Amino acid sequence: MSKYSNMTFMGFRRENGRVGVRNHVLILPVDDISNAACEAVANNVKGTLAIPHAYGRLQFGEDLELHFRTMIGTGSNPNVHSVVVIGIEPGWTKRIADGIRETGKEVAEFSIEQKGDFETIRAASWAAKDFVHKATEVQKEECSIKELWVSTKCGESDTTTGLGSCPTVGNMYDKLLPEGITGFFGETSEITGAEHICQKRAVNEEVGERWYKMWKAYQDDVIFAHQTDDLSDSQPTKGNIEGGLTTIEEKALGNLEKIGRTSQFIDILEPAEQPQSGDGLYFMDSSSAAAECVTLMAAGGAVIHTFPTGQGNVVGNPIVPVIKITANPRTVRTMGEHVDVDVSGILRREQTIDEAGDALIDMIRRTANGRNTAAEALGHREFSMTKLYRSA
Amino acid sequence: MSNPAPNEIPHLLVHEEADNVGVVVVEGLTAGTDMLCCITHDNSTFRLTAGADVPIGHKIALKDIKDGDTAIKYGEDIGKFIADVPQGGHVHTHNCKTKRW
Repeated sequence: MSKYSNMTFMGFRRENGRVGVRNHVLILPVDDISNAACEAVANNVKGTLAIPHAYGRLQFGEDLELHFRTMIGTGSNPNVHSVVVIGIEPGWTKRIADGIRETGKEVAEFSIEQKGDFETIRAASWAAKDFVHKATEVQKEECSIKELWVSTKCGESDTTTGLGSCPTVGNMYDKLLPEGITGFFGETSEITGAEHICQKRAVNEEVGERWYKMWKAYQDDVIFAHQTDDLSDSQPTKGNIEGGLTTIEEKALGNLEKIGRTSQFIDILEPAEQPQSGDGLYFMDSSSAAAECVTLMAAGGAVIHTFPTGQGNVVGNPIVPVIKITANPRTVRTMGEHVDVDVSGILRREQTIDEAGDALIDMIRRTANGRNTAAEALGHREFSMTKLYRSA
Repeated sequence: MSNPAPNEIPHLLVHEEADNVGVVVVEGLTAGTDMLCCITHDNSTFRLTAGADVPIGHKIALKDIKDGDTAIKYGEDIGKFIADVPQGGHVHTHNCKTKRW
């Protein structure tokens, strides 16, 4: 027993047993050309949330599978109460709606062809209004901390993230993974330079070898296939360099602090894939771009995201609260409205990593109970799909 | 090892004993500052004079470094020096680079 074993929060238990910390009625476009209808429904019916995006037409193969997985995963996330799905035609619309229905939650689907936007918006608005009434009557119930699925990804990193905010997240995982939470980390490109260390953090050799193959495939198929002279303008980013990070290795070593000292990952997930191997920490093969990565992890089922930042990345997500943690005192001073957990005391040696980890766990509990994060209060709802290659 | 004054805030943090660079953690550090440096791994401290004005988050060489030396941080290889750097000097993209690309 640890001091966290009996920690609880008030959450929304869904039909499939998973627990959410938000209660969204989602208006989900299948494709880019259905965004306008979705936004019109969200405008008609207060308490709903449309999440427009740029893709969904003429994708094929693995890229199309990723699109479906992201759409279905987003709708299936336990932070979502019910979903109105709108697409241009009924085929792919039904595929996504049926995928979300497997969770047991209510889904209504509408397609635009042979009806037009007006008729689609009228019918979808009635369904959305019905869902809002139902969602707002759902009562929260007391849930164990172990039912939380918590993801992490850092952004606009600098040298303070490796000293303070990333080890804070790592300390949280070292404390909560043994209690039975499910965790996600990823950022395939940003492990470059620390791949030898990351591989050793796999629970066994087989998982480690699969992880290395996945990482190597990214190097060979993406970086070496598309690089110009080097990645010096992208990894580290201009913001990273401004913040004092010099090389990708230095960035990666700081990044990997997010999995703490003792945590091991038990399996590897495709982008937006939902864990199937039980409680524990998962590596998701994912972009290192903040909004894309958070979107993929939300589709994988994470209900809270912990986001260490150095120079001040302002990202949020429409359905998952993103908790910002920074150790950089300049960022606290100049961008304080974006910071949920200030751990700059670590740099002054006034706060230990252990104390900072406790402060983050407290913020996770409060966020699960309903406290809006800075990103939520500021309206950051970045929903960014990952696309693997050109459409047909 | 000198003893820091009570409540003195460090200017420079170093991850591991083996590192040859440390990170400036205060704003407005100026050349000539007698820095309190702390190794976070064991909380041990030492003093070093800053050789340049170095922004918060940027690195300082802990000893004299030769072109071609390996930069060590977190006790790990983070790249190679592409110029000599004196002890206390500013370390960044102008004198340090990944070995990878």
